[in-house]
Amino acid sequence: MKMRKFTALLLAVVFCLALLAGCGTKTVPATSASPEATSTVTEGKVLNFWIWNDELRSRVNQFYPEVESIAEDLSTTTLKNGVTIKWTVNPNQDNNYQNKLDEALLAQDSAAQDDKIDMFAIEADYALKYVDSDYTLDVKNDIGLKDQDLSDQYDYTKIIATDSNGALKGVSWQATPGLFIYRRDIAKAVLGTDDPATVQAALSTWDGFDATAAKMGAAGYKMLSGFADSYRTFSNNVSAPWVTGTTVTVDKNIMNWVDQTKTYTDSGYNNKVQELWSPEWCADQAPGSKVFGFFYSTWGINFTLMGYTLDTAVADGGKLEVGNGLFGEWAVCEGPQSYYWGGTWMCAAAGTDNQQTIKDIMYYMTCDKDTMKAITEDPSVQDYTNTVSGMNELANSDFKSAFLGGQNHIALFASAATKIDMSNISAYDQGCNEKFLKAFQDYFNGTIDMDTAKANFETAIKETYPEITDVVWPA
Amino acid sequence: MLKAVKAAPALRQHRTISYARWGYIFIAPFFAAFVLFSLIPLCSTIYYSFFEYYRSGLKVIGPNFVGIDNYKAVFGSDLLKYLWNTVLIWIMGFIPQLAISMLLAAWFTDLRLRLHGKGFFKVVIYMPNLIMASALAMLFFALFADNGPINSTLISMGVISEPYQFFTSVASTRWLIAMMNFLMWVGNTMILIMAGIMGIDSGLFEAARIDGCKSGQMFRRITLPLIRPILIYVLITSMIGGLQMFDVPKVLTNNTGSPNRSTTTILMYLNNHLFSKNYGMAGAVSVILFLLCAVLCIGVFLVLTRPNDGLTRQERRLLKKAEKGECKL
Repeated sequence: MKMRKFTALLLAVVFCLALLAGCGTKTVPATSASPEATSTVTEGKVLNFWIWNDELRSRVNQFYPEVESIAEDLSTTTLKNGVTIKWTVNPNQDNNYQNKLDEALLAQDSAAQDDKIDMFAIEADYALKYVDSDYTLDVKNDIGLKDQDLSDQYDYTKIIATDSNGALKGVSWQATPGLFIYRRDIAKAVLGTDDPATVQAALSTWDGFDATAAKMGAAGYKMLSGFADSYRTFSNNVSAPWVTGTTVTVDKNIMNWVDQTKTYTDSGYNNKVQELWSPEWCADQAPGSKVFGFFYSTWGINFTLMGYTLDTAVADGGKLEVGNGLFGEWAVCEGPQSYYWGGTWMCAAAGTDNQQTIKDIMYYMTCDKDTMKAITEDPSVQDYTNTVSGMNELANSDFKSAFLGGQNHIALFASAATKIDMSNISAYDQGCNEKFLKAFQDYFNGTIDMDTAKANFETAIKETYPEITDVVWPA
Repeated sequence: MLKAVKAAPALRQHRTISYARWGYIFIAPFFAAFVLFSLIPLCSTIYYSFFEYYRSGLKVIGPNFVGIDNYKAVFGSDLLKYLWNTVLIWIMGFIPQLAISMLLAAWFTDLRLRLHGKGFFKVVIYMPNLIMASALAMLFFALFADNGPINSTLISMGVISEPYQFFTSVASTRWLIAMMNFLMWVGNTMILIMAGIMGIDSGLFEAARIDGCKSGQMFRRITLPLIRPILIYVLITSMIGGLQMFDVPKVLTNNTGSPNRSTTTILMYLNNHLFSKNYGMAGAVSVILFLLCAVLCIGVFLVLTRPNDGLTRQERRLLKKAEKGECKL
């Protein structure tokens, strides 16, 4: 009897404990490994850095001079001053990165000091959302960067991250002017030459671009891969921001894109790829594709295109040399209009206790010419960095990109970067761009007509941003 | 004699041991969890559906009381279109599911057929139910992509010359979603119906066979009426699940409900509002969906549990009263 009672009680306690098994506390990574003696900073030991992919982390790990050791699974980076950077990666699929970041930032005040976000990365499309809020710190007044440090950066990178009171809230190591990258072999076959200056002469206006598309179509090639390829080139050259007050104004240039894409799709000048980053779009950059060119910005060439266009990937032991897929078969030219695409900015989060290290990271990664030139000169990276003088030096040198058949593409980027005009960005850019592309995708496929596509866009944009009241279309 | 019986002492046992309070203690954890994780969020959803409450960037707007503005906005939007999408795709998947699962159940429980490997087939048919819906949707997304295996096979067989874009046509996208729902649930339904059929007394079937009944007649006259409760259960649960269809169309169409919002289900519409954490509108859609589910389920239940004795409602009422002795027939 007693044994039964005891067993029953024991079982009950065990089951109750099972109820509590789900609770747990976040374990703070062991920071006791850092040598206490050399740590003279009075800041926190953990620097929480939120990112969405590996790009920023590998730049810091590879080029930041104060890195002491990197964890094997890349989850932490220990610096020489004893601070450990803890990387939190939330992939960007389905707006996941921003959702998680928003929840964490809204809870920043009540989080433990070592759990608070210290730095996070943002993209140009939604930069204003964070820059124009109280959750980011002024890099000059709060972090301590000086005007002189920031003077060598491209102006547009600073304008994007400046809030409505004129304070600079984020810095970037990248500048991302865009060019048109084309296949040398197709250019030789159809236009007779692959010389960038001659090709640029043919593509310098949209009329010339359309005429070349017709030639490509007649020869059995495709000018572009899909619907969204040329979108940014049009959308970056609008005359007014997407949203003023609570009204969405669709710019005339965006409707030009709609017309051009509908013509190309119906005439067979594009490969009908539905979306960027889809498997079909990646396949159109691989050997065997018939697509003439792509609109890509700086990171696209070495971070993206090179990966898709090689036969044997670098990770599998492939070499970055002619013969491996289409290595060396590409060239760049300016294209019909100047534009930019993306870029990653670093922000300091309000409530951080690591101002000293943040200032150091920001200084070396975004203000120091030598660090940034090293990033550009590394053949496996070749990022276009945010130093006007550094990039001009490389532009005027005999820098050659083997991937582009020996072309000095830095020179083209340097001239394009100065033409970037960021004055028409708004906090609604990301949603407007995405919903517009989705709504008109069905129109290009022939599933719906123009009026239905416009109505679908209006429905979608009001769902995404409840404060929007109406949408105005150009005449 | 009578006196002796009357004088017997009335020994009444008051010491009845009641275990009732232990019952309450054991079900208390469930109710605690239910109140905390289901009831309170439910009430809070209904409460916030009367407010304007969303996020603009990182700024929280509201909660401001707006009465039934949210409901007006929901009814003014394409709610009927999304409802139609949901119901249509559900029916497209449910009818084949019911038909095939009944056929399979009839075969698997028929002792005279002597099928081999029944266990293996039952397992294989049930397995898609174990796969996560989103994983299955990703699989189908890759299979039916423009450069995917299905298109390659069809091209190499010569059926089509150019890849058919499955996801740009309204009909093919809806059929793909319906087929996925079918695949996932046919095994479950089949096992339920098998359980129902095996509960029928086999003596009935033997008697029917002796009287010369054919298997089709046996199915219609004996099996179907006797598994009616199971069928009601399947219909109600499938309807609730169908109205709440979300993960399959969302993952398959990459959260666009394309083409032309023809695969946007009600829950996907609700999820669109959660992009800006619009608890007001999302709450209104939730409440409407809840009421709709409740009405439909009650309707189905009342219709299908009508007594099947051939009497009209008036006659039944008279019969009941006669049984109670209130009136004479």
